Amino acid sequence: MQKAVAAEAGARLEGGWAEMLRDAASVAAVSIALAIPLVGFHLIDHLSTTQVEFRFGQLFYAVAVIFLGRLGLLLIGAGWARPIASFTSALSLAWLVNSAASAVPVAYPALGWFTFLLAATLAVRGWHTFYRDTAGAAAKARQAGLGAMVSRAAVHLTPFLVLVAVSVPFYAVMADDKRAVDLGILIFTYIMLGWGLNVVVGLAGLLDLGYVAFYAVGAYCYAIVSIELGLSFWESLPLAGALAATFGVLLGFPVLRLRGDYLAIVTLGFGEIIRIILLNWNELSNGPKGIGNIPRPGFFGIAFTASPPEGSIAFHEYFGLDYSPMHRQIFLYYIILVLAMVTNWFTLRIRKLPIGRAWEALREDETACRALGINPTNTKLTAFAIGAMFGGFAGAFFATRQGFISPESFNFLESAIILAIVVLGGMGSQIGVVIAAIVLIGGPEWFRDLELYRMLAFGALMVAIMIWRPQGLLAHRDPTIRLGVAGRGGTP
Amino acid sequence: MTRLLVVEHLTLRFGGLVAVDDVSFAAEDRQITAIIGPNGAGKTTVFNCLTGFYKPTVGRLTLTHPEGHRFLLEQMEGHVIAKTARVARTFQNIRLFPGMSVLENLVVAQHNKLMRASGFTLAGLVGAPAYKKAERAAVDLASYWLDRAGIVGRADDSAGNLPYGAQRRLEIIRAMCTEPKLLCLDEPAAGLNPRETAELNELLMFIRDEHKIGVLLIEHDMSVVMKISDHIVVLDYGRKISDGSPAAVRADPAVIRAYLGEEEDEALPPEVSKDLGAAGVPAGS
Repeated sequence: MQKAVAAEAGARLEGGWAEMLRDAASVAAVSIALAIPLVGFHLIDHLSTTQVEFRFGQLFYAVAVIFLGRLGLLLIGAGWARPIASFTSALSLAWLVNSAASAVPVAYPALGWFTFLLAATLAVRGWHTFYRDTAGAAAKARQAGLGAMVSRAAVHLTPFLVLVAVSVPFYAVMADDKRAVDLGILIFTYIMLGWGLNVVVGLAGLLDLGYVAFYAVGAYCYAIVSIELGLSFWESLPLAGALAATFGVLLGFPVLRLRGDYLAIVTLGFGEIIRIILLNWNELSNGPKGIGNIPRPGFFGIAFTASPPEGSIAFHEYFGLDYSPMHRQIFLYYIILVLAMVTNWFTLRIRKLPIGRAWEALREDETACRALGINPTNTKLTAFAIGAMFGGFAGAFFATRQGFISPESFNFLESAIILAIVVLGGMGSQIGVVIAAIVLIGGPEWFRDLELYRMLAFGALMVAIMIWRPQGLLAHRDPTIRLGVAGRGGTP
Repeated sequence: MTRLLVVEHLTLRFGGLVAVDDVSFAAEDRQITAIIGPNGAGKTTVFNCLTGFYKPTVGRLTLTHPEGHRFLLEQMEGHVIAKTARVARTFQNIRLFPGMSVLENLVVAQHNKLMRASGFTLAGLVGAPAYKKAERAAVDLASYWLDRAGIVGRADDSAGNLPYGAQRRLEIIRAMCTEPKLLCLDEPAAGLNPRETAELNELLMFIRDEHKIGVLLIEHDMSVVMKISDHIVVLDYGRKISDGSPAAVRADPAVIRAYLGEEEDEALPPEVSKDLGAAGVPAGS
C-alpha cells in the first residue's frame, strides 16, 4: 500500500512541480507586500530625529521562510510527507540542540525562532499526514477510543487523584513551596467553576457566556452578608448559593425560548449587566473601589492571624505552632477541595437521576422532549439554577480567599476561560474539566518564565486542540444506565 | 368501543393560508385510524394540533380515556398533553436523542413517573429505595419493548448508531414507554424496506391488540395502510374528502381523483397500474 501511495505521489509530481512553485511564489509575493511595511521598515529614535532603517536581510528571511513553508506543505500534500517530515524534524532538533548549547550564533534570534516554528510545524504536519495515509483507519479508531480509555481509567484512578490532591499541602510544607498551594487553590476554583458550568453547557446544552455573573453574585453576597450581618463563612455559603441560583432562574426566564447563538448573546449580555451594575451601584457594591476587609474563614471559629484580638486565641497558638501565613492557605485549599468534590459528586449523581437525563435529552432534542411530556421550562430553569448555585459557592470562596473583590475580577475573560475549560475538556466530561483546568490555568502559571510567549503558546495550544480534537480532549459519554448484567438497574 | 378522539371543525390558518379546513373525524379506541392524502394535504398539521405543537384557529379536539376522563386538547400545552392526556407521537423525520443510549431514550420517556418516584430529585439524591425500585421497573418496561422491537441486543449503544429501520422502531417504542392512550405515528414506514415494513406492521398490530390503545397513523405506504387500518380518513388540500373503512375509501371516486387526477381515460404508466394492483385497486376504475 505504501508503494502505491508513493507511485501515485510520483505521478502527481510529474506535472505538479511548476504549479507548486507558482503557488508558493504567489504566496511569497503576497507576503512581500505585507512584510515590507511590517518587517521592512524599522523606526530608530536617534536623539531628537527619527530615522527609517530598511531591513533587507530580515525581509528576505521572512519571505524565504514563507516560500519554503508553503512549498513544504504542498509537497506533503503531494505525497512527500515522509521525507519532508524527516528533514524538518532533523532541522528542528538541530536548532534545539544548537540553541541549548549556543554553539553557532544565529544572526537574528527572533527569526531563528520562526525558522524553528516553521520546521516544527512542517514536521508535525508531515508525520500527521504520513500516519493518516498509511494507517488512517487504525489511528482514527485509536483516537476515538482515547476518550473512553481515559474515562474508564479515571474511575480507577479517582482515589489516587484525590490522594494526590489531598497531599499537595504536605508537599508544599515540606518543600516550603507556597506557590504550589496558591496554584492548587486557583486550579481547584476553576475546576469547580468548570464543573458548575458543565451542568448548564455540557449536560443541558445551554451555551452560557455569562457564567461569571453568578460567580460575582456569590462573591458580593458573601462579602456584604459577612460584613453587614456578621455571618460566618459557612453560614453565608448557602445564602450565596441560593442567591446565585435565584439569579440563574431570573436569567433563565427570558431566555427559555432561545437556543444556540441567540442564547449565547443574551447570556453574554447578562454577564455584562451584572458587572456594570456592580460598577455603578455605589451604595451596594462600593463601585469600582470594590469591597475590602472581607472576613477570612476561621478554623471552627479560630482565626488565622498573627496577633489575635483580646480574649481570643489564634490558630497557631491553639495548636502550639509557629505562626505561618501558610496555615490559612492550606485551610483554604482544603475548603475549595471539599467544595469541588461536592460539586463533582452532585453532578455525577444527578446525571443518573431523571432530571439529569432530561437535561441531556433536552440538549439532544427539545421537540422530542416535549412530545414525551417533559416540561422544558422547568427542566431548563433547574439546570440554570443548579449551575448558578455552584458558581455562587465558588464566588463566596473567591471573596473569602481574596479578602477584596471588585467588579474587575468578573469580566468577560473569566467567563471565556471557564467556558474554554468545559469545551476543551470535552463537553460533559468531568475528568476532562480537571485536565483542561490544569492545562489552561496551571500551564500559564508554570510557564511564567516564558513571559510574553506564554500567551502565544496558550493560543497555539487552543488551536492545536481545535484541529486535532474538535470534540474536546475527552469527548466520551458513558450511558447513565445499562441493560447489561453488570449494570442492571444502575445505581443512582 | 368508545370514541377515543373526536375532532370537530378543526381549522388552522397561517395568515392567509388555510392548512386545515374544517376537518371533523373520530378515532375509536383499540383501532388503527389512518390519515392519508397527497403531499401537503395537512396531515402532519392535524397531528401537530392534536399534540399541542400548533394551536388550532377553530375547532374542538376531545380525548376521552376509556376510564372516562375527558381532555380538551386544543386548550393544553404540548408537554401537558403528553403527560396527562397521554397522547404520544413520533415524527416524520426521526427525533431520537442520538447521543444517548437506546435504553436511556426509553428511560427518558418515563420521565414524569420517575420524577415523582425520585421525590423531584431529592429522594433520588440520597438513594431512596423507592426510587431504585421505580428505576428497576422503568428498565423492565424498557426491556419489554426492546424485546418487542427486536433491538434488545443494542440497548447500550448510542441511538444514533442504530440502522434506520431500528431507529424508526425505537421511536415508536419510546412513545409506547410513556404508556399512552393514543399513539400518533407520522409516516412510520417512510424509508423502510419491505421486510422492515412487515416487522412494523406486526409491531403496530401488536400494540393495538395487546395494549388496547388507539393508534392514529399518517402513512403513504399503501401496503401498510390497507393491511392494518381499521378506518381511513382522507385529506386533500386541508379538507376531508373521504372517511370510512379501507374498502370503502379505496372505491371512493373522490379519493382516486385526488391521487390520480381527473382524466380517467388516459392510460396509466405501467408502474402505477402495477402498484395499484398490489394495493388492490382495479386499474382504470
